[in-house]
Amino acid sequence: MSELPLQLGELPLQLGIVVGYLLLALVIGLVAYRVSTNVAEDYYLANRSIGTLVLLFTTFATLLSAFTFFGGPNLAYAQGPEWILVMGVMDGVLFAILWYLIGYKQWLIGQQEGYVTLSEMLGDRFGSTRLRGLVAGISLFWLFPYVMLQQMGAGEAITGLTRGAVPYWAGAALITAFMILYVVIAGMRGVAWTDTIQGLFMLSVIWIAVAWVLSAVGGATEATAALQSTNPEFLSLGSSFYTPAYIISTAVVIAFGVTMFPQINQRFFVAGSDRVLKRSFVLWPVLVLLLFVPAFLLGTWAAGLGITVPEGSNVLPVLLAEYTPVWFAALVIAGALAAMMSSSDSMLLSGSSYFIRDLYRPFIDPTLGETREAWLARIGVAVFATATFVASLSRPGTLIEVGNTAFGGFAQLTLPVMVALYWRGTTRNGMLAGIAGSQLLYLTHVFIPPVTVDLAGRTIPLFARSYGGWDVALAGMALGALLTVGVSLLTTPADEEDDSRLIVGAD
Amino acid sequence: MTVRLRTLLWVVTFTVLVVFSVPWFLWGDSRTAAGLPLWLWWHIGWMGLASTVFYLFTRTDWDRYMGVSDV
Repeated sequence: MSELPLQLGELPLQLGIVVGYLLLALVIGLVAYRVSTNVAEDYYLANRSIGTLVLLFTTFATLLSAFTFFGGPNLAYAQGPEWILVMGVMDGVLFAILWYLIGYKQWLIGQQEGYVTLSEMLGDRFGSTRLRGLVAGISLFWLFPYVMLQQMGAGEAITGLTRGAVPYWAGAALITAFMILYVVIAGMRGVAWTDTIQGLFMLSVIWIAVAWVLSAVGGATEATAALQSTNPEFLSLGSSFYTPAYIISTAVVIAFGVTMFPQINQRFFVAGSDRVLKRSFVLWPVLVLLLFVPAFLLGTWAAGLGITVPEGSNVLPVLLAEYTPVWFAALVIAGALAAMMSSSDSMLLSGSSYFIRDLYRPFIDPTLGETREAWLARIGVAVFATATFVASLSRPGTLIEVGNTAFGGFAQLTLPVMVALYWRGTTRNGMLAGIAGSQLLYLTHVFIPPVTVDLAGRTIPLFARSYGGWDVALAGMALGALLTVGVSLLTTPADEEDDSRLIVGAD
Repeated sequence: MTVRLRTLLWVVTFTVLVVFSVPWFLWGDSRTAAGLPLWLWWHIGWMGLASTVFYLFTRTDWDRYMGVSDV
């Protein structure tokens, strides 16, 4: 069915809708920017005035990624819908608790000390430009694969939608061009606004898509019955793929990783009031439920409906192309691409503020003026997005693999940061050891190919990404926490360190 | 209720919320209800419960553990 060639006239319609929607998103961003300059919800310069809806949705927008729309449904299509539970533990509950433990704490400290970035906070607390630069550098490094993920997802989505008529590279190039265009034209502001609109739009269309597909096949009971006959194992909880070790590792690593994403972590500093943080905290599990259940069920049902996904494309566009009108399928994909573009732009902009505030100013040019800074940020974003585009052409893994690698890298930062936030005894050397040690462990496992060695007659894997089903990122996190605490106990703070900086209510 | 007991209760509550986000007791169960696997209904209910517990927390002890003075 899905091998059928395109109907005459479908391709221009599909491309017209995709490009048209992306242009519309651009215009909305531009208008939002013009309208809101006085209100200035400018998170880059951090006016600390973001309200509940915008905070909730700009954070939520990070979930609106290639991971959600394409990677997750692909996994559900291939392995069953348990990924929904992974998202529930991870984003619904664990992340919400970390939102309180890290987010609220950082917000209180930010109110008191005026910090704008994580690296700035840590650099100031521990009197160390080196630590500041290290944290910013690590964050930018792991941002790279995550932006790549969006480009890979876009390439695969457009190929799937047009059934191969538009090649992978062209889809990836299209979203890259829009990412850059968006930042250069709409500038630093307005992204939060479009994030919100995109979030609400996607939440609605994904449910419309479910209704459409279900009404075509006769309802959820029918769709599930079809699945029962083709893939009965999908309905039972757990499988050889979804082991408890896999579910727990993935949920823990990603939940902790998300808190250290530049654009998420920066949001912790910019909430307008603590009410905003509280409301977002409460709404979080509900939002996760509303987004992931429909998205991943669509992927799962596709398996029972006999959808065949061509090599290198994603299940969702193929399913929609099969069951919904051409314009609707194109609209969903366009919405997904626009949301991915908008959240990538949030990431790139936060990334550029890390680059300028925590690397360029302290290490290269402390006298950088405002006009030059704005241009430097734009050029930086363009260079970064182009580099990730080039890397995305090699397609180093599946969307889930690339996403997991990025989250794992960010997750290495989380425990040392939590130790610093809650324990006065943390020292600069402790932080440097914890952060560098865990990164080193994780990086060697990501980049050195796995080998097995024979030791006393037993085969032991080295540099594997998981051991007995447990992600090596967890070991890195534990090592980071141990090193931070251990080295802090063994060393004394330097004179420039100020242990009162992260204490709420201290003078 | 003493502060210490209250704290303990919150820690236990949040731990239970995390641990049973995955209905481990339904492992291998493939029963369905109304077109969805039973364990998916658990997930839906559990997210609702989590949201309710979070709401109660923001109304009561949200500030207590952060050293905010006016509580």
